[in-house]
Amino acid sequence: MPENPASSASPSDRVEITRAEVAHLANLARIDLDDAELDHLAPQLSVILESVASIGAVAADDIPPTSHALPLTNVFREDVIRPGLSAEQALSGAPAQEQQRFAVPRILGDEQ
Amino acid sequence: MTDWTRLPASALVEALAAGEVTSVELTQAHLDRIAAVDGSIHAFLHVDADGALAQAAASDARRAAGTLASPLDGVPIAVKDVLATEGLPTTCGSRILEGWIPPYDATVVARLKLAGLPILGKTNMDEFAMGSSTEHSAYGPTHNPWDLDRIPGGSGGGSAAAVAAFEAPLAIGTDTGGSIRQPGAVTGTVGVKPTYGGVSRYGLVALANSLDQAGPVTRTVLDSALLHEVIGGHDPMDSTSVDQPLPALVEAARLGAAGDLSGVRVGVVTELGGGGYQPGVLARFEESLALLVKAGAEIVEVSCPNFVHALAAYYLILPAEASSNLAKFDAMRYGLRVLPEHIDNPSAEDVMRASRDAGFGDEVKRRIILGTYALSSGYYDAYYGQAQKVRTLISRDFEAAFAQADVLVSPTAPTTAFKLGEKLDDPMAMYLNDLATIPANLAGVPGISVPSGLADEDGLPAGFQILAPALADDRLYRVGAAHEAALAAEWGGPLLDKAPALEGAPS
Amino acid sequence: MSALDHRDTEIVAWDDVLAEYDPAMGLEVHVELNTHTKMFCGCPTEFGAEPNTQVCPTCLGLPGAMPVVNRKAVESAIRIGLALNCEIAEWCRFARKNYFYPDMPKNFQTSQYDEPIAFEGWMDVEVEGETFRVEIERAHMEEDTGKSLHVGGVTGRIHGADYSLVDYNRAGIPLIEIVTKPIMGTREKAPAIAKAYVAQLRELIVALGVSDARMDQGSIRADVNLSLAAKDSGALGTRTETKNVNSLRSVERAVRYEMQRHAAVLRSGAQILQETRHWHEDTGVTTSGREKSDADDYRYFPEPDLVPVAPSREWVEELRATLPEPPREKLARLQAAWGFSDLEMRDTVGAGALGLVEETIACGAAPQAARKWWLSEMARRANDSGVDIAALGVTPVQVARVQALVEEGSINDKLARQVFDGLLAGEGTPDEIVAARGLAIVSDDGALGAAVDNAIAANPDVADKIRDGKVAAAGALIGAVMKEMRGQADAARVRELILEKLA
Repeated sequence: MPENPASSASPSDRVEITRAEVAHLANLARIDLDDAELDHLAPQLSVILESVASIGAVAADDIPPTSHALPLTNVFREDVIRPGLSAEQALSGAPAQEQQRFAVPRILGDEQ
Repeated sequence: MTDWTRLPASALVEALAAGEVTSVELTQAHLDRIAAVDGSIHAFLHVDADGALAQAAASDARRAAGTLASPLDGVPIAVKDVLATEGLPTTCGSRILEGWIPPYDATVVARLKLAGLPILGKTNMDEFAMGSSTEHSAYGPTHNPWDLDRIPGGSGGGSAAAVAAFEAPLAIGTDTGGSIRQPGAVTGTVGVKPTYGGVSRYGLVALANSLDQAGPVTRTVLDSALLHEVIGGHDPMDSTSVDQPLPALVEAARLGAAGDLSGVRVGVVTELGGGGYQPGVLARFEESLALLVKAGAEIVEVSCPNFVHALAAYYLILPAEASSNLAKFDAMRYGLRVLPEHIDNPSAEDVMRASRDAGFGDEVKRRIILGTYALSSGYYDAYYGQAQKVRTLISRDFEAAFAQADVLVSPTAPTTAFKLGEKLDDPMAMYLNDLATIPANLAGVPGISVPSGLADEDGLPAGFQILAPALADDRLYRVGAAHEAALAAEWGGPLLDKAPALEGAPS
Repeated sequence: MSALDHRDTEIVAWDDVLAEYDPAMGLEVHVELNTHTKMFCGCPTEFGAEPNTQVCPTCLGLPGAMPVVNRKAVESAIRIGLALNCEIAEWCRFARKNYFYPDMPKNFQTSQYDEPIAFEGWMDVEVEGETFRVEIERAHMEEDTGKSLHVGGVTGRIHGADYSLVDYNRAGIPLIEIVTKPIMGTREKAPAIAKAYVAQLRELIVALGVSDARMDQGSIRADVNLSLAAKDSGALGTRTETKNVNSLRSVERAVRYEMQRHAAVLRSGAQILQETRHWHEDTGVTTSGREKSDADDYRYFPEPDLVPVAPSREWVEELRATLPEPPREKLARLQAAWGFSDLEMRDTVGAGALGLVEETIACGAAPQAARKWWLSEMARRANDSGVDIAALGVTPVQVARVQALVEEGSINDKLARQVFDGLLAGEGTPDEIVAARGLAIVSDDGALGAAVDNAIAANPDVADKIRDGKVAAAGALIGAVMKEMRGQADAARVRELILEKLA
């Protein structure tokens, strides 16, 4: 979907995934991986990627992608209010709450 | 005295109707069985004895008043812990959801309640349904009732083992790449993955949204059909739900059980056999084909050349979707919150990282990282984009094959149950278990696994997979029931009668 | 303030900016739709509810919950697209924009990526009698986030807060994001064009009836992208994105400020950082937000829980038939009906008061009177309090009533201004304020006669002049009477009484 110039990289060119790359991906995915986990994961991911790399050559450009097994379109609901949750129910699983709101640690950075 | 736990749901329905037993008695019998054997099986993560008995009492009251809610009213059931159950813990086998009690019911669960099935509890699974052995559960593995040192399959090992160990007559599983069918195969039970969109996914904690499908886990084909008719059908809360009536599934199962498959063309998929399959599994498969021929079916050989790419496509699509689905587990609104040890006054981001590290197991982390990689700018087209194209090719293969055959068949899994721990740190070896089941998920077509017998090498169950075109789930039941009837006639009873008695259970 | 912050706020004089650089702008406007329910679930959207009372498993991002698209929101999106002369996609999808943020329940936003519902449109913007065509790149559907309260540190600010409290009532409210193509060649008019674009877009949204269109409540929010390039080079410089500019006046000021700030950075030989910036209404400056980085790898992919939207051409044409009159034709029609001059019409539009004037006239006020109140009195007050005229809190119904009171002779223009003071202070309806403040004009001869007698007694020489036939001198006596009556005398009757008494 994204038109990105870097997408010319074909998987068969690079099945190796480095420890630094895994650390970067873990950062994007918000998981604190320790050194041992990074050491362990990088080679495993390389093996997996190697075995899925064949996919790059399989489908020609004129093959349309399938995102849904059955081709449905235009599934809508009417603009009618449905009963939802009470604030108590909504907050029932909250690790912390205050003033009927979810209490979260200080937020870095900006709203997007 | 009748041991109510040994009977299929269809027989329990008759016993309830005849007044031979009450729902409370049935439910209590299964709770007793759970208490007796689940210490060694560990099929359940949570047992709701009080809730189940209350639902059973309500069912008995309905029966007395003549207002039954469904044909299965009063028959207890176990639910995979990946479906949201209001008021009952729902963990998805993950530490990150430990103690989470949903404030709502999944549509499947709501339909079970509406139909009057007492819910015994929640069954064990690989964490977020990622796995083929149930060893990736954060709460410890489930054991195969046939051999406690072996895996019960996965991810829905808990549901399959519960049914195989007579802890529940019925269970709900979910199948993203084989998680209903493969556990069915290795535990000698029946599992059905309906047509994608045939059963609502609302309230099913998504692994890979475009592949996930909930379905029946039972000991007989007819029981699966009965349960499928309760949980299936259109749901306006799921945009991908098929807005068409279900085919007549129970009727198809009864028709099949009569044993006549005249005029039915059965396609054997060349690419789903041969190398990599255990000889005993293949031998039972060949015998199954012979039984179908005996029942009047015609066997045709079909080729689905793109199936060889199914595993690769699957292991790109699944992690990609999963990496995004699992982002919501961030310690802000529900679930585990872990404060990092070495940081004073940590930020929300620090807490997210620490909680996700502590809350997710290795396999989940592996797939999140893999999915993040596959979706990253620069790799989208090469990985996720290509994988979606491969889906198209696989769907076309199915289309061509179903032009030649009414159903397609293969062994469900390449091997019988392997030993616990054997493949735990070899992800690729683990992934190969799903080779034969994955194509159906990619194309959205329905599939069933029925027992085909015991492999000669190890005496463990093998499974026979039947696939049908989308929306033609009835064909699974017709052919599956015919196959089941023929085998039962050969064995002189259900395959599970050959399973060893479990310690702790009255013999 | 750190040294960096200081350098950050250096600016170049306006004329110097224009002498050396050409601006390019891009405007991204988020319109919150006024549907009854959210984009993907049936929760209500009402503004100001108790926290976390308008939520359900879907908009709270609970495990297992799924979205279903609101048909009305799609219709509104298509109508906005059509009104902006866009093409409507025959087939498009929702996509997930993946990033972590505590006010976003699923840690992805369900949005549209490379398949927007509407694309390739335009809107003609009138500024000082000239027309600029602003090209629209796309309009797409997405969902809003929750809202955070920041506790500790400087009150209400995110930076330095100890922790935050999140309310998800707003999460999932439908948004339409309207993105322009780069707007080039605007030079010194860039700030005015930016403001006029947002003002006219707002008028359009109001006419379509698809949003409350309250910038002060955040139902229309603008992001301003701006870059400078060397004058006449035709190049595009590095841009900054100033977020959440939430009034028309601020749009103009933010563009102007960023042009001046960019020029200062470029002049010093430094480079513009591609970053988001924050607009500060109070100080009139922008400050650095977040630099564009790897974190902006949003990993878009088609939302697998939703199916494609494929509006049939029949549906699109049905919706086209519901569009309000195109703005240009509407303006011509209104101008003719109201008898406004070109300048009067332009000023009305420029002040963002077209709809207000129109409604006031619809409530019975004479066109020139409606224009006068909004463009003189209300515009001045809005400017004084730094808000948009529409956000002032005075309604067309109230203005029309004030004008009716003037025409009835109950009050005069001067007293009307006091009524507006009362309206802004929330003292009730115009009639209640006239009564409570005792503003009604006195035309009772008894009270007026006494005041006239006093005035004559106090100004004997003026009285003599009038007796001598110099009627024009009556003005001085009228002034004295008005002063005594604190402006509440019926001036015409006072004049008659004076002339009678001195005849």
